Amino acid sequence: MKIKYFAWVRERVGKAEETIEPPASVHTVGDLIGWLSGLDEGYAHAFENPKVIRAAIDHAHVRPDVAIAGAREIALFPPMTGG
Amino acid sequence: MAASITVRIQQADFDVSAEIAALTRGRDDIGAVVSFIGICRGREADRPISALVLEHYPEMAEAEITRHAETALSRWPLTAATVIHRHGRIAVGENIVLVLTASSHREAAFQAAEFLMDYLKTNAPFWKREENAAGGAWIEARTEDDDATARWAKP
Repeated sequence: MKIKYFAWVRERVGKAEETIEPPASVHTVGDLIGWLSGLDEGYAHAFENPKVIRAAIDHAHVRPDVAIAGAREIALFPPMTGG
Repeated sequence: MAASITVRIQQADFDVSAEIAALTRGRDDIGAVVSFIGICRGREADRPISALVLEHYPEMAEAEITRHAETALSRWPLTAATVIHRHGRIAVGENIVLVLTASSHREAAFQAAEFLMDYLKTNAPFWKREENAAGGAWIEARTEDDDATARWAKP
């Protein structure tokens, strides 16, 4: 599945997007954030405070307990500051 | 006449008068138009800044804003709504966002405009970075904005 990162999450991860296949133990958005943060220091820094991370699946906001099965695109980003 | 929604995400500035004219043209059922224009301030948390740089999630932004505009139309008797949100570098004094709501009477237009702005602040996928003397910094989300959005939630 495709993962996109925005704002300081993108800067800390060091890339705007990537395609990954997480292990079968990763069921939810929260699991994904936990798994990513173990990949390297950049991811660990981006996701050091998982409570503030917002997520969208296929361009709609989701909560961390939502399952990622079937998702084409998952985006992870800080709280939004538009308007 | 059916209510119409216009949502645009663009780098260029917008012309408020032209957008209001487009909203009301050819209609005799509009008695009130409320406009909100968000403008880049020269200070952020008491620091002088020179510009904001807005990052956004293009594939999601228009769909998300359109969803909120549709919600506004379902909650208030609006005849039309326009939301234009800019991205990229926006210098101090320049426009950032435009919300127009039109209705037969003013109450619906005022409330829907405020509702739309509160949701744009917390749910539209945009992130502001300030340019300042030290280089730059990401603007932090304000809890007041979350509180403002929460008051519109239906029980």
